[in-house]
Amino acid sequence: MTTTSRWRALTHHHLFWPVAVLVVLLLVNVPFTPDFFSIRMTDGHLYGSLVSIVLFGSPLILVAVGMTLVIATGGIDLSVGAVVAITGALTCSYISDQADQNALSAVFLAMGVGLVAAVVCGLWNGFLVARMGIQPIIATLIIMVAGRGVAQLITDGKIITINSEPYKLIGGGYWLTLPFSIFVVAAVVAVTVALTRRTALGLLVESVGGNAEASRLVGIRSLRIKIMVYVFCALCAGIAGLMISSNTSAADGNNAGLWIELDAILAVVIGGTSLLGGRFSIGGTVIGALVIQTLTTTIYTIGVPTQTNLVFKAAVVIIVCLLQSPKFRAKVFGAKFGSKSGATGGGTSPATPAKTATTPEAAPKMEVS
Amino acid sequence: MAEPLPVLEMTGIVKEFPGVRALSGVDFRLFPGEIHALMGENGAGKSTLIKVLTGVYSLDGGTITLDGKSVRFGSPLQAQQAGISTVYQEVNLCPNLSVAENIFIGREPTRFGRIQWKRLRKEAAELVDRLGLDIDVTAPLSSYPLAVQQLVAIVRSVSTGAGEGQGTKVLVLDEPTSSLDRDEVLELFRLMRRLKDEGVAILFVSHFLDQIYEICDRMTVLRNGTLVGEHMVSELDQVGLIQLMIGKALDQLEELHEHQLHADVGETLLKADGLGRTGGIAPFDLEIKKGEVVGLAGLLGSGRTELARLLFGADQPDSGKVSIGGKQVSMSAPNDAIGAGVAFCSENRKTEGLVPDLTVRENIILALQAARGWTRPIPSAQRDELVGKYIKALDIRPANPEARVGQLSGGNQQKVLLARWLITQPKLLILDEPTRGIDIGAKAEIQKLVVSLSEDGMSVLYIAAELEEVLRLSHTIGVLRDRKLVARLTNGPEITSSKILETIASGEHQ
Repeated sequence: MTTTSRWRALTHHHLFWPVAVLVVLLLVNVPFTPDFFSIRMTDGHLYGSLVSIVLFGSPLILVAVGMTLVIATGGIDLSVGAVVAITGALTCSYISDQADQNALSAVFLAMGVGLVAAVVCGLWNGFLVARMGIQPIIATLIIMVAGRGVAQLITDGKIITINSEPYKLIGGGYWLTLPFSIFVVAAVVAVTVALTRRTALGLLVESVGGNAEASRLVGIRSLRIKIMVYVFCALCAGIAGLMISSNTSAADGNNAGLWIELDAILAVVIGGTSLLGGRFSIGGTVIGALVIQTLTTTIYTIGVPTQTNLVFKAAVVIIVCLLQSPKFRAKVFGAKFGSKSGATGGGTSPATPAKTATTPEAAPKMEVS
Repeated sequence: MAEPLPVLEMTGIVKEFPGVRALSGVDFRLFPGEIHALMGENGAGKSTLIKVLTGVYSLDGGTITLDGKSVRFGSPLQAQQAGISTVYQEVNLCPNLSVAENIFIGREPTRFGRIQWKRLRKEAAELVDRLGLDIDVTAPLSSYPLAVQQLVAIVRSVSTGAGEGQGTKVLVLDEPTSSLDRDEVLELFRLMRRLKDEGVAILFVSHFLDQIYEICDRMTVLRNGTLVGEHMVSELDQVGLIQLMIGKALDQLEELHEHQLHADVGETLLKADGLGRTGGIAPFDLEIKKGEVVGLAGLLGSGRTELARLLFGADQPDSGKVSIGGKQVSMSAPNDAIGAGVAFCSENRKTEGLVPDLTVRENIILALQAARGWTRPIPSAQRDELVGKYIKALDIRPANPEARVGQLSGGNQQKVLLARWLITQPKLLILDEPTRGIDIGAKAEIQKLVVSLSEDGMSVLYIAAELEEVLRLSHTIGVLRDRKLVARLTNGPEITSSKILETIASGEHQ
């Protein structure tokens, strides 16, 4: 293999552009924060910007990983933010009712209650989409809107604060010098990859998303698969909900996980999974989520004025999306970086308009960040 | 009739895909006012050449000269603006809009930003009239059969570019006839001759040799991405052409003609009693024995596909019952049929068969994997062995299990579909138009495969538009007419195409 062909193979790898953007974003921080890449040990805990990025990005990675599978079936799940809120609200209100908030059994039970609620939400979404044939964007809109109300109902419209050491561990604690959240994320990502690639689930999901009618005629039980991915997505959102409420030791039905669904969709798209369904990449999604979190961090470190935060973030998102478009690359950089239009053919090109289409959608979500 | 100056000249065209050289140095020329056939087996590079010409693919080498000027198209739109229009096998129009709207969509006549509906309809009507077609331009496109929709697509494409004052110079027709019946084909040919008289150069791709010989003046033959030759149609006979296309003598095909159907048909495998579906097919009785090939003959729209879909549970019957191997099967979903050992290759490869984004390997194992369920993936060693075996046995090209199925040619896609079902070792294989839109070599291979499968005891329900194909392969022939199974003929020397046609025409049991 010559150097050029190696380079070519590298630039055509599906993760090349997301990784490149991530690296550039990280490097941008260095002039402003010279010790950006340094990681130091204090009180037996590792600290540093990189650790924070992963830590703060953890809930988003979880939600985005679940979202990837839903999107791969050609669906979308707008309800994940509300599921985050419901799970946090249920779990925290259960813990706050306990005499001993530090009792392990109570904490586990509380988490169980929260996650069961998440699974119920997922079943509802899956039922509406798969069995009732309602368009995913509408079906999941129901919980997106109503779910926040449910969360408010659970918390009685208040922010419930708790004081539970064991619960604090999930989102704010440390284990083996690293934030515990990182282990949770690693475990969920590993389970997802194993679930989709060690079994045939990934193939069947891609088939259903790639051609629903052909999948039916080949005997794939797409109903079951769809329900499964919505449940899995909600479960991931539920875990993220535990993490967020644990980190703040509080359940805020109104703001927990607000707009996280849009960040998650954006992460999936940056990671190279087409909104039209079909091929998906869990690794790409993780990188996509890290890109978004790094961007948020970068906005703070380079001192973008608060008022222009959103504009800055939107600009970067547009650049990322453009870089991912083979058409754009071919125009700007010439044939070297541009994917050969024929070679990638139908697979990549339909993804392109979908990617650009998310950009305006992505803009409003930044109000939170 | 060859004029000295070609309107289009392509020289040394090279197009590469990862791992495949689809075209290596192909020359092609097209003269005004001629109908030119592009011939070759599946995978010979016909589609690729067309896509390079029409700007769908970018060029890796060579030059294209249009009207003496060197051109290079970055998109189909640019090609269209330069006067090269294309109509593909699938009609890409909006069925819910009127014919007139479809003809002018995207370039409606406007005044002050408002669409001039009257003018649009008038111009559309004039256009349709000028081309000698009898179509009501105000009716929705969907109210016309597929064949007319195809004609509308052609009207649309020859009228584009007209606004820019240059008109269509080159019209590319990529397999427009594959789903048309005889009368519809004649209508299409009438339109083609009309356009030819107006000086349009037409590039015509079809797998029906008779059609090529009926309408074309000249042909270019490709094989394995290289140019084999350019000939006047009148100077090359069909046998010579086929030999050029497949690069070897015709033994393969001869063999098939002489093939004797094995008489060794076993006990009843499938029995349908009064199976029917309103709007699909009237209730019918059908019996398929083990190792038997049952062919279905009938005109397009006579209910051939509808019958097959009921036997597979793709549509739910509203009357009757099916039993397979003596056991009644509910047929409420394809799963029921698959579980009972039925496999179904749809006539619509793209929409109902393949998952284009997935690889050849993934597409091949899909049915088997679906049957095993997601928790039991096929072990990778066994999977690779199975896939490798079928790629080799069916000669799928490129023989790369990692290739995306969407990039394969039609015949190879069909083979991938076949492999998908053969791997599940079905008892009954339903093939709906398995040879449609694929070349003569692959056609022969698939027919031979059907014969050998039935010899091995597999039952086959075979649907084909070409009567000869049905006659050649079937033990028993079911004749359909107007969504009814009207006759069941046992194949023998006395059964001929004309006999079947008579049955279809009279619609009576013999």
